[in-house]
Amino acid sequence: MKIRIKNGRVIDPASQFDARQDVYISDGKIIAIGEQLEGFDADKTIDATGLIVSPGLIDLSVRVREPGQEHTATILTETKAAAAGGITTVCVPPDTAPVIDNPTVVELIDDRAKKSGRSMVLTMGAMTQNLGSELLAEMARLKAAGCVGISNGLSPIKNSVIMQRAMSYAATLDMTVFITASDPWLQSQGCVHEGAVSSRLGLGGIAESAETIAVSRDLILIEQTGVRAHFHNLSTGKAVKLIREAQNRGLPVTADVSAHHLHLSEHDLGNYDALSHVLPPFRSIRDREQLQQGVRDGVISAISSHHQPLDKDDKLGPFAETKPGISGLETLLPLTMKLVEDDEVNLHTALAALTCNPADILGINSGQLKVGAVADICLIDPDSEYECQPLNFVSAGKNSPFEGWLFNHQVSHTLFHGRLVHERD
Amino acid sequence: MNNNQLTENGQLRHFLTIEGLKKPLLTEIMDRAEQFSGITNRQVKKVPILRGKTIVNLFFENSTRTRSTFELAAKRLSADVMNFNISTSATSKGESLLDTLHNLESMHTDMFVVRHNQSGAAEFIAQHVSPHVSVINAGDGCHAHPTQAMLDMFTIRRHKNNFPDLRVAIVGDILHSRVARSQIQALSTLGVGEIRVIGPKTLLPADCQTLGVHVYHDMEAGLEDVDVVIMLRLQLERMQGALIPSAREYFHCFGLTDDKLKLAKPDAIVMHPGPINRGVEIASSVADGPQSVILEQVTHGIAVRMAVMSMAMGAQSEQNELPA
Repeated sequence: MKIRIKNGRVIDPASQFDARQDVYISDGKIIAIGEQLEGFDADKTIDATGLIVSPGLIDLSVRVREPGQEHTATILTETKAAAAGGITTVCVPPDTAPVIDNPTVVELIDDRAKKSGRSMVLTMGAMTQNLGSELLAEMARLKAAGCVGISNGLSPIKNSVIMQRAMSYAATLDMTVFITASDPWLQSQGCVHEGAVSSRLGLGGIAESAETIAVSRDLILIEQTGVRAHFHNLSTGKAVKLIREAQNRGLPVTADVSAHHLHLSEHDLGNYDALSHVLPPFRSIRDREQLQQGVRDGVISAISSHHQPLDKDDKLGPFAETKPGISGLETLLPLTMKLVEDDEVNLHTALAALTCNPADILGINSGQLKVGAVADICLIDPDSEYECQPLNFVSAGKNSPFEGWLFNHQVSHTLFHGRLVHERD
Repeated sequence: MNNNQLTENGQLRHFLTIEGLKKPLLTEIMDRAEQFSGITNRQVKKVPILRGKTIVNLFFENSTRTRSTFELAAKRLSADVMNFNISTSATSKGESLLDTLHNLESMHTDMFVVRHNQSGAAEFIAQHVSPHVSVINAGDGCHAHPTQAMLDMFTIRRHKNNFPDLRVAIVGDILHSRVARSQIQALSTLGVGEIRVIGPKTLLPADCQTLGVHVYHDMEAGLEDVDVVIMLRLQLERMQGALIPSAREYFHCFGLTDDKLKLAKPDAIVMHPGPINRGVEIASSVADGPQSVILEQVTHGIAVRMAVMSMAMGAQSEQNELPA
C-alpha cells in the first residue's frame, strides 16, 4: 500500500520540523518527506490541505479493561477509540485482572492487540506480584516479554523497604519505574480535593500532602537507588515544584499530567457531578495553573489521557460511592490543543508532549515523522469547530465531564503502520 | 449552586439544601411553621392538606427524632406514611440506590423524605425521581440537614427579635456536621450579624472561613457576647480517627458549662440538635438549665417539617396543573 499525504503542514516536534510538504508512505514506513517524489505511484492520496500532519500520539496510561472487565471495554473497542483520537500507541498499566505480573498476560494482550491492528498496545509490568506490595514481580521475565516499564498501578507501595528494593531491582534491569504517587492514608480520607469546595459540599477531602508526601519519599528513594522513574498524573503545583527541583539536581525523573487536570479544578464538581470524580482529584485553580506552567517549561514533558472507561452504572450514585475515572482517549488531542488555542502552551510543545516526549519516556523508537520511521501518523483539522458529545464516543466508556465543550482541533485521519485506521465521517 | 429544588416560579419543589435559597423563602417557611404550630396545640391535631398523598420516609441511616417528627408532621397533614429503614433491607441484598428508588416510585408515592450517609445523596435522588415526586433531605452525609437548620432558625426567631442584630456561635465538630453547614447557610441568608465557629483544628473543615464564619479555637473567647450558642453532638467514634484525644479532654476544652455560658450575653439561648452527650459537649446543668431551648427545638421540628412538606407538595400540584 502506497499512500501520499498531500499538502499538509508537516510537524515533527522532535526535530522542530514544520513545513508544508508531502509525506510518502510505502510498506508501512515513511519513505520520503518533500515536495515531489518521482516515480511514486500512490494507491491512495490524502489531501491534507489545511491539516496538520503529526506523528501518531503516544498515550502513557490507557486502561483497556481487558483482561478482566470485558463487560466494560475491550482491547478492540478501546484501540478503535484510540485510533479515533489520533493515538497510535497506548500503554496499559498492570492493574488488569489477572494482573500483568507474568508473561502470559502480556502475550494475551499482544494477541488481542494484533487482532485489532489499530494501535500499538504496550504493557507495563507489575512491580509486585498481584500488585500486592509484598513480593517482587518477575521483572526480568516481564521485560523479556516486552513490558516497557514497571508500575504498581494505582496501589501505592506503603512499605518503604519494598519500594526501595523494587526500585533497586528495576535499576539492575535498566527498567523505568512508573509511579502514581499518593499517600494511601491521606488519600483514604476523601474523594475530592481538600479545600473550600470539599468543605461546602461536605465531601471527604484529599489533602495536597497526599501527593507531595508520596512524591517526596519516592524522590528520595530514586536518588538512593539510581533508578529511572516517571511520575504519572501529577495534580498539585507543589509536586511540580518537587519534580522540577529533582530534575535540576540531575535525577532521572520525568512526569506527565492528564489532559483533564490541565482544564478542570475543584470548582467543576458542580452539584456532585460524578463525571468529575477522578483520582487524583481536581485541585485548586492555582494548582491547575502550575500544572500548565509545568507543561510550558518542560518539567511535565508528557500529556496523557489516563483513560478509564467505566459503565454507566459506575457513575450513578451518591458522589463518594461512584467510581473515579474519565474516558479520555477521544478528548486527549482536542483538550491539549485547546491550551494552544488559549496561548497557554505553544504548538510544538503541545505536540511534543503527545508524541516524541512520551516515546522518550518509554524508551521506544517512535513518535517522530522522519524518513525510515514507521508510518504512525495523525492528521489534525485545526478549524473543525465541534461540540464534544461523549455519548458518541467510540470508546465503550462514555464517562466524560466535557459534554458540550466546544473544540476546534479534530483528528481527521489516523494511520497506523501505514494503514488508515480512522477517517472522520 | 442548586436550583433544582425550585420550580420555574421560584417555589420549593424539593428541599435539599439551604444553599441557593433566598431570604423570603426561608421567612415563608418560618411563617408557615408558625401557623402550623397552632394546630399542634388543638384537640384535633390534623389538617387535610396532604390527604391522599403518600409520603415515604426513606432512611438509609438510623434516626429516631428526625424520622418520628417527619412522620408526625406528615400524619398531621393527613398524608399516608411509609417508613423504610434501608440499612437493614434492600441495599444489604445488593440492590442499587436507584433500583430501590424506582421500586418505591412504582407504588405511586408523592414524596421521599431521605436520610443517607453520603453527601449529595438527596441531590442525586432528586435528579432521578419522576417529575411529580418531591424530595426532602433529612440529612445527607456531612453536607446538609436543611429542615434541622430551619427549625433552629424558627426557634431563634421565637426568642430573638432581629437576625441582623445577633451573634451566633456554633461549637464542636463542624467538619462532620451537616447541621452546622445548613445552619451557617441559613444564618447567613437571614443576615445574622456574626457567625462564629468554635472547635479544634481537627474538627473544622479546610478553609473554614470560606463558609462565611469567624473561626475560634478558644471557647472562652468565642462565646463572648454571643446571643445564641449552638452545641453540636460529638460522635464518640471521633477518638478512633485521632481527631481528639478523649471525651474528658474535649469536655475540658469545648464542653459547655455554666461558667463558660456566663461569658455569653445574659439572655443567650443554648441549642443542640440532639441527641446530646451529657458531660461530653454539654454539662447537664446547662442542658436542663433555664437558657436551654433544646426540647423546644424538637417540638418546633414538627411544625417546620409540616411547613416544608406542604410547600413542596403545593408547588408540585401547581406545577402539575399547569397546561402542557
